[in-house]
Amino acid sequence: MSATLDQIFVLIKQWIVSFLPVAWQPVAGILLCVAAIVSVFPGLFAFTVLLERKGLGRMQNRIGPNRVGPFGIFQPIADGIKSLTKEDIVPYSADGVVHFLAPVVLVVAVFLGFAVLPMGRNMVLVDVDASLLFYFAIGASTELSVFMAGWSSRNKYSLLGAMRAVAQMISYEVPLLMSSVAIVMMTGSLSLVKIVEVQNHYSGIFPHWFIFTPWGFVGFVLYAVAATAETNRSPFDLPEGESELVAGYFTEYSGFKFALFFLGEYLAMFSISGLGATLFLGGWSAPFSFLTWIPSWVWFFGKVMTSIFVFIWMRGTLPRLRQDQLMNFAWKFVLPLTMINLFDAAIWRFLGEGWLRWVICSTILLIAYIGMGRIGMSRKHFGPRSYRYAE
Amino acid sequence: MSFAFYLISAISVAGGLAAVLLKNTVHCALALTVVFAGLALLFLQLDAQFAGFAQILVYIGAVAILVVFAILLTKGSETPKDGVFSKTWLAGLAVAAAVFAVFGWTVLQSGAVLPHQTATPQVTVAQIGTALMGRYVLPLEIVALLLTAALIGAVIIAMHEKPENNEEEVAK
Repeated sequence: MSATLDQIFVLIKQWIVSFLPVAWQPVAGILLCVAAIVSVFPGLFAFTVLLERKGLGRMQNRIGPNRVGPFGIFQPIADGIKSLTKEDIVPYSADGVVHFLAPVVLVVAVFLGFAVLPMGRNMVLVDVDASLLFYFAIGASTELSVFMAGWSSRNKYSLLGAMRAVAQMISYEVPLLMSSVAIVMMTGSLSLVKIVEVQNHYSGIFPHWFIFTPWGFVGFVLYAVAATAETNRSPFDLPEGESELVAGYFTEYSGFKFALFFLGEYLAMFSISGLGATLFLGGWSAPFSFLTWIPSWVWFFGKVMTSIFVFIWMRGTLPRLRQDQLMNFAWKFVLPLTMINLFDAAIWRFLGEGWLRWVICSTILLIAYIGMGRIGMSRKHFGPRSYRYAE
Repeated sequence: MSFAFYLISAISVAGGLAAVLLKNTVHCALALTVVFAGLALLFLQLDAQFAGFAQILVYIGAVAILVVFAILLTKGSETPKDGVFSKTWLAGLAVAAAVFAVFGWTVLQSGAVLPHQTATPQVTVAQIGTALMGRYVLPLEIVALLLTAALIGAVIIAMHEKPENNEEEVAK
């Protein structure tokens, strides 16, 4: 029973495909998977927007949306209808073609990332050899769409927002990649399916997830920081800082194109959380060996939604960084620590089994963290803030 | 030669022509990105996964961004009134045609020189990694050193020099 439930989507797909002639079956199967991805994640997006507005409201001591339906649960539907029926305004001086293409490129690129994520046992759209590389290659091309949006709007705020966004995304892409390289070193494979399989073993009741090793834990924290910056979420949401830039690179977008940017941003959050879960949190594997009867896709989506909740929580808690703080943090703290973490993973690999590697690897990382933090802080001079231009 | 090959080639060639013929420099840069994407698709169509993904990661993710930044941050990014085409376009055309002729001749000759291969070689990403870390580790390290030196040099050139008498932290 639990095996059937575990594979229910795969079985449904095979059942639907079996009605078609044999020649069409592979293509139909792929189309069905694509349709599932394209419908499930926007549905999850609608739910997440509601969750975010309600959750943020709770954290800020207010009620949040409560007018549409019981407890406001139909708010996303109302928002969707509103953005569909709104007038689509393109500024007079905007560059029409690029202005139109930017949200399309963003959403397409973000959707492509889902193709390689294993969302459950046997539930991956394309199982290529180098799926991790594919994911990062596709992720890198979203920067271009952000630039296209900012530049084509012919608006100072848009262009400034786009410049900030691109600079931030390039800076944090390096630690994002480097923290995942440690995983590749340990598994010896770039295939996400294989990375999950390696973690899907248990000692006693505890799983072999990479987060339960010193280098994996540090790697996960660094990955989470870089992923937050990569998706332009608070506290790294400078590119769309309302108090400074109106809405950043999508200031001049309205109607459904704005909704597409919104969708792209949330989909990027889902996919980067999914990748983080796959790399460090064991993907679709259960957290305890006696819980393996629960379907694998429940675990994957559970882990993704937990990460989303942490994203929302951070947004409700932390203030926004300043541009120079953002850059200093990326290049002077996060990046060196990922390098040290990479060395640490190598040491872990060659020390072999035993308690010795736990002590040595944890000590190295602890010393690096404290030492770099101390050195970084000792250069700072706290005092009245000096304004260079605003006085 | 499949339908996909012709489609990808058409997109790449159209992108290349647009990159040369469009008037706005940023449009040219974006058209160049289409060419990069087309090249990556060609690699993927030939089952060269690593080359294809690396092409997307490096060229679309980094080089294209660098190009548009360079266009925006330097002066003269506005389109000049009297057109963007050089007066010596005839000489340029001749040089381009000569280069194209050499490449075309080489490609056409290579069929006779190389032994005719029937099976497509199966090169996995893991094999490329092993080769880079084993046999070709010295060239890899040299390239890494060169890139690091270039990076440090770029930072030093761009560094904000601190005024002598100012005690306060100077914003970067």
